[in-house]
Amino acid sequence: MKFGVVVFPGSNCDHDAWYAVSQNLQQQAEFIWHDSPSLGDVDAVILPGGFSYGDYLRCGAIAKFSPVMSAIKKFVAGGGPVLGVCNGFQVLVEAGLLPGALVRNAGLKFICRTGPVRVETTDSIFTHQAENGQILQLPIAHGEGCYIADQETLDRLEREDRVALRYLDNRNGSMRDIAGILNEGRNVLGMMPHPERAADPLMGGTDGLVILSSLAGAYAGHAASHSPASKI
Amino acid sequence: MSTITPDVIAAHQLTQSEYDKILRLLGREPTFTELGIFSVMWSEHCSYKSSRIHLKKLPTQSKRVLQGPGENAGIIDIGDGVAIAFKIESHNHPSFIEPFQGAATGVGGILRDIFTMGARPIAVMDALRFGRLDDPRTGDRNRRIVDGVVSGIAHYGNCFGVPTVGGECVFDESYDGNPLVNVFALGVFRHDEIFYGKATGVGNPVIYVGAKTGRDGIHGASMASAEFTEASKQKRPNVQVGDPFMEKLLLEACLEAMKTGAIVGIQDMGAAGLTSSSCEMGSRAGTGVEIDMQFVPQRETGMTPYEIMLSESQERMLLVAERGREDEVLRVFGKWGLDAVAIGEVKDDGMLRVKDRGKVVAEISNRALADEAPVYNRPYTKPLRTAPLHGPDVHSGDLLADLKRLLASGDLCSKRWIWEQYDHQVRTNTVAGPGAEAAVIRIKGTPTSVAMALDGNGRYCALDPREGTKLIVAECCRNLSVVGADPVAATNNLNFGNPERPEIMAQLVESIEGMADACRFFETPITGGNVSLYNETLGVPIHPTPVVGIVGTMPTAEPIGIEFKNDGRDVILLGGYGASDTEQFGSSQYANVIAGCVWGTPPKLDMNYEKRVQTTIRELVRARAVESAHDVGEGGLAVALAECCFGRDEIGVEARMNSALSKEFLLFHEGPSRVIVSTGNPEAVFEAARKNSVEAIRIGATLKSRMAVSNQTETLLDCAVQELKDVWENSLEHLLHSPHHTPVSVE
Repeated sequence: MKFGVVVFPGSNCDHDAWYAVSQNLQQQAEFIWHDSPSLGDVDAVILPGGFSYGDYLRCGAIAKFSPVMSAIKKFVAGGGPVLGVCNGFQVLVEAGLLPGALVRNAGLKFICRTGPVRVETTDSIFTHQAENGQILQLPIAHGEGCYIADQETLDRLEREDRVALRYLDNRNGSMRDIAGILNEGRNVLGMMPHPERAADPLMGGTDGLVILSSLAGAYAGHAASHSPASKI
Repeated sequence: MSTITPDVIAAHQLTQSEYDKILRLLGREPTFTELGIFSVMWSEHCSYKSSRIHLKKLPTQSKRVLQGPGENAGIIDIGDGVAIAFKIESHNHPSFIEPFQGAATGVGGILRDIFTMGARPIAVMDALRFGRLDDPRTGDRNRRIVDGVVSGIAHYGNCFGVPTVGGECVFDESYDGNPLVNVFALGVFRHDEIFYGKATGVGNPVIYVGAKTGRDGIHGASMASAEFTEASKQKRPNVQVGDPFMEKLLLEACLEAMKTGAIVGIQDMGAAGLTSSSCEMGSRAGTGVEIDMQFVPQRETGMTPYEIMLSESQERMLLVAERGREDEVLRVFGKWGLDAVAIGEVKDDGMLRVKDRGKVVAEISNRALADEAPVYNRPYTKPLRTAPLHGPDVHSGDLLADLKRLLASGDLCSKRWIWEQYDHQVRTNTVAGPGAEAAVIRIKGTPTSVAMALDGNGRYCALDPREGTKLIVAECCRNLSVVGADPVAATNNLNFGNPERPEIMAQLVESIEGMADACRFFETPITGGNVSLYNETLGVPIHPTPVVGIVGTMPTAEPIGIEFKNDGRDVILLGGYGASDTEQFGSSQYANVIAGCVWGTPPKLDMNYEKRVQTTIRELVRARAVESAHDVGEGGLAVALAECCFGRDEIGVEARMNSALSKEFLLFHEGPSRVIVSTGNPEAVFEAARKNSVEAIRIGATLKSRMAVSNQTETLLDCAVQELKDVWENSLEHLLHSPHHTPVSVE
């Protein structure tokens, strides 16, 4: 399987995502420059974390105008899987591919820590290898990760089983402890925690691999495949 | 043109004799622009004129050192064709005037020092000093400074995408009017990717890249070379404003442009901006540099050559490209949306020639600026010392209450509130991050990890700068050894008061000599660093505060942490109970926090014994014969034991000791060369200790959730781990957020 990792000016988890899928997961991976009008032959896209365009205006607000975003919208419409992590989640929300908004953390401070996140649905290409209710220890690192939406949207997300991940120790003030959500087609996942930072035992844990390998497994067509052994 | 009067000279912080030297070197009166250029290049900050003759005493070379002092950063070989560049630099004065931007641009400046050499920054650490948070007079201001500095560091490092992996933070009233912000950065590259700041190749174009030039930061270097007065508050425009997004683009563009092979030399515009980058590159290469101000990208109108040359606008670099291949370089910067403009060329005459629309406004020999700054052998007497040699008798009324107060004190409490604001994981190399004994960063594509630690102790150095500095170097090397690394090389940041006072100069001289001895002994040459003098406000100097950053190498492996991992393990104290007397005890945190005064001398250090302890623990960690390892540092054995209990599972300890020391000394003295380990294999620990002639005492065993300590028949401490951990973990937040915190009372 081939992953494409989008690079916006200011992306800074692009290399980490690339490393996790290519080295820890042993899949093909390549970078896609933000002004590229096409995604080439990739099977899945990762919008990585970072500070695209310096977070000027609002996080993700400028990145959504990048040429690559038109290609991504087409890719999503065709059912292609897109994973947005942290700033990638913010970009997806700004681009209208996911509902709601991400605003300043409740404490108004940047928070970097590893904490428990619960898998709320296994009915997605991103989570099917997880157990329902499985607790993942995943790092967060953001200043604007507080998820908000109107009540109707939140109710709808819950009703349609589109809340993929929830914090067990909600530090950023997200409504209903939401850490990650799916789009209607269930082929787009936006999440604030960083699965690529929990993909190597040396980094203190490999719980993030279940997300990345679900994606790889879904493509390979064997949903029950084992988590690949990670290597340095 | 302005007339150069004695007032103008004084306003540039040049002395009459320095001005006379300028007249001699030029053979004429300087222009106003030239005077400005001399003033920044000859400032203490840029020229090291008070410290230079003493810095020569430091060891700077070893087999591993590829680049020593004099370049933008030191470089050491870590094997497999890979090298690391690292350096520490201060941004003290700007951080007092404007904490957020001062600290942010401190991070930005040191990152540029690293990537201008071709290395990708992969780690940052900070050594911070603030005034006391619980001082009713200054606490409010100090809290604001802490908040601003921490936010500024977070803002810049997080956005740039470099993990802030460690550091240290101390609160003392000597930093009330003069906080310290020392930022360390480390980058990685291959040996064939190293670039130097040299303007070689006559006829090659000189190219300006990055942010546009504004009026910010003019005379920042000279500001950093003067004491603070009431008027310093008027210097706010001297503080630069940082843009980490611009810096991230500059990093990626520079590294990509370097790969074209068309760049022959490159240097960042740090202190003294365009002036220092142009004349230093010329001076190193023995060439001349001619630039014309009309081509410099400007973000304000009507800037004079004086202002353009002295601006310290951030996120700018100067590079020299191979003639005929400049387009390859410009194309890369264009891709990243950055200004890149040829502003001049390399000449063969050794001069810095500044033109304004073709008209020469400054013409000075590069060597005169960069290498012929005045060097002072300033008089020095005995180091300033205000503390008495003898203090009160120490008798604790309640040992547990004392321990809790120590764990809650600013210096010893958990710094989680600070480091949770820093992204310490980005780039996924952080094997051990903040809160660890030393930070450990794996180097992808190699079997090697790099460990790094920062240490400084102004309290020890105020009592004895020479011995205090040796203890700092020893502790830093011990921190690295405890995670399993071999200390390899060091960088230093020397923060002192006004060197024109002989008793302050004596502190600086003795500290450097102590550092030289210790760095030679531990084989950690100093490959670069920074000197920050005039850290005084209204005549009150800071504690002499040398900070060392030492890096080491080790085979990549899962880390062994500070905290006990399992109950039922043996707990062994390597190095033994140590020794103390009433004088040495006066330098401890117990004296500082509980007795409320400091006296005496720092603890005694036996460097030979220290080295053997370090060898022992390094061997044990690498052989994975221990489950946890933590050195006994400030706060002594009781604080170190408590910290061992603060893991996620709160595994505690029951320690039964047999020492002749008084209970206060036993629990709280800070004698060096000691490490606490827990192990399921005590024989291996005793064997390693025997082999290295190091004392090893089994002091007890781990158990669930309780910390109990006794000596001979007397119970000294007995407490739930949870109770201690709560105090330790939440104290800083409490100190920062309660406006009416009760000052610590003296018993």
